[in-house]
Amino acid sequence: MQFFFEVLIAGLLSGVMYALVALGFVLIFKASGVFNFAQGAMVFFAALTTVGLKEEFGLSLWVAIPITMVVMVLLGIATERIVLRPLVNQHDITLFMATIGLTFFIEGFAQLVWGSTVRKLDLPIQDVPIEFVMERTGMLISQFDVIAAIICAILVAALAILFNKTKVGRALRAVADDHQAALSVGIPLQHVWAIVWAVAGFVALVAGLLWGARNGVQFALIFVALKALPVLILGGFTSVPGAIVGGLIIGASEKLAEVYIGPYVGGGIEGWFPYVLALVFLLIRPEGLFGEKIIRRI
Amino acid sequence: MIYRESGQYKTSYLNDSQIFPIKQDRYAVLAFIAFAFLAVPFIATPYFFSAILIPFLIFSLAALGLNILTGYAGQISLGTAAFMAVGAFAAYNFMLRVPGMPILLAFILGGVCASIVGIVFGLPSLRIRGFYLAASTLATQFFVVWCLTKVPWFTNYSSSGVITAQEVKILGFHFNTPEEKYLLVLAIVCVMALLAKNMVRSTVGRSWMAVRDMDVAAEVIGFKIMRTKLTAFAVSSFYCGVAGALFAYCYVGTVEPDAYNLDLSFRILFMVIIGGLGSILGSFLGAGFIVLLPIVLSYIVHVTGLPNSVTSNVELMVFGALIIFFLIVEPHGLARLWQVAKEKLRLWPFPH
Repeated sequence: MQFFFEVLIAGLLSGVMYALVALGFVLIFKASGVFNFAQGAMVFFAALTTVGLKEEFGLSLWVAIPITMVVMVLLGIATERIVLRPLVNQHDITLFMATIGLTFFIEGFAQLVWGSTVRKLDLPIQDVPIEFVMERTGMLISQFDVIAAIICAILVAALAILFNKTKVGRALRAVADDHQAALSVGIPLQHVWAIVWAVAGFVALVAGLLWGARNGVQFALIFVALKALPVLILGGFTSVPGAIVGGLIIGASEKLAEVYIGPYVGGGIEGWFPYVLALVFLLIRPEGLFGEKIIRRI
Repeated sequence: MIYRESGQYKTSYLNDSQIFPIKQDRYAVLAFIAFAFLAVPFIATPYFFSAILIPFLIFSLAALGLNILTGYAGQISLGTAAFMAVGAFAAYNFMLRVPGMPILLAFILGGVCASIVGIVFGLPSLRIRGFYLAASTLATQFFVVWCLTKVPWFTNYSSSGVITAQEVKILGFHFNTPEEKYLLVLAIVCVMALLAKNMVRSTVGRSWMAVRDMDVAAEVIGFKIMRTKLTAFAVSSFYCGVAGALFAYCYVGTVEPDAYNLDLSFRILFMVIIGGLGSILGSFLGAGFIVLLPIVLSYIVHVTGLPNSVTSNVELMVFGALIIFFLIVEPHGLARLWQVAKEKLRLWPFPH
């Protein structure tokens, strides 16, 4: 039983990390209806830029992170201006393909600038079990994971305030609701999109730092984005809480399935289990857990 | 002036329902096919066959399959490579386990197996649509490749998980050289493209387009949604399955399940988007573009003499940038450019 809880908690905590990546997707999808496949590449790029600045230029982490932040904001603005603006009003799938093109571009660019070696990112957080919990219950729970979860919670709270309490947030929600109506009451659509991409860049930076510290900063970070997709379909593309809850469900069930079902079928089911789970779930609720109810008219 | 249909009267139903109703079109297509069959084998070099022409034809076929699903029936799929894998491994196992199996029949049966898998994984499309469907087709991709890797029966218990395609032999004739394989692939692609061209203007094809344009409306006027969507998945997967089998038998020879990865699915989706959604010709143009682009790019970058690590990244960047560029310049794909050119040629040199 203790083992079960250990696996469950480890799964939930890794789910938080998936949720972080999924959050970036949700932000952009909500505000512009673009399914941004490049989120994974942005996570990779952000992590690599931070490490690169730190190692190549000898900057401290606290200088490197703000500089990366600026770079990510610039990237977001440039994406809006160069890629999205000319594609306004195109078919969804065209925009989706454009973000795949963007993924290639960012991958190439990141590795061209910083090289393709695996780098180690040291955050001032130790990846050790929490002694307090270990003494009391005998369970091994990583301090790193818990802090990551706290950071994620702060981020979500900050985003919630941004969305619900500020003027920018109101504009964002208006644009998400109806582009044309928002435009006609004088909300600058392009500014809003640039802001959303910049915020998504910031979320990518946080995710990149945490994932990078956990797994090393390497090309494989891009595939983290693929893990975020079942989280999205489970939670609904348009819901921030959905991304969090979806992440937790996917993380926990994936780890449990790997431990309890995996040995019977040869292991390695982590790769597809989340998708199948999400798929089965979708059959019952086609708009995801928290997605807006889809009403279709003729 | 080069291109005019005036004076070509359709006086019978047969005339009216031809695939290429305009005489110039008909002759041009016939001449092109004749050129591909009769002239190309004499002028092309072996490198040209095995590095450009054969992959181009095979990817065209896969793109055609995806185009049927995405372009005509409106269901986005990111699992194309999985269907190709099913086709290839099914064909391999039929050849292996059924003595005296004709290879063409094995290809067809491979396609049928892919169809069945396609129908199973197409079932969710009845409930979900759009990007939810796209993301869930990734389940196909990961599950199928995992299955082929983990169940050793599929790869005939080969320790490395790699299968070596059997010799291609039809009625005692061995297809060994790139040239012969090219002709075989070309013949199969021609037949299947013609079938597809016909299918998309039949009842089936029109029902696909109705569902694509608006499924609720299509249902209201009496199309059976389930049958329409599932036939689209079945036919599309059949094409992809045959393409996958050809990929294994006529292009790479030895293949592992991982060769049919997500990257390949994306590449085929690129072909369809860049070529033009909902266009048979577009599948070919897109495949040509995506097959040639890396070759041309690496050649150009190679000429500049930069170190290898730089060139591969520059290639990636240019590839991504070019895709974005094409989407911005012509979101409806190369097929639309061709259409525009044809319109212009009808009137040329007069402005109106």
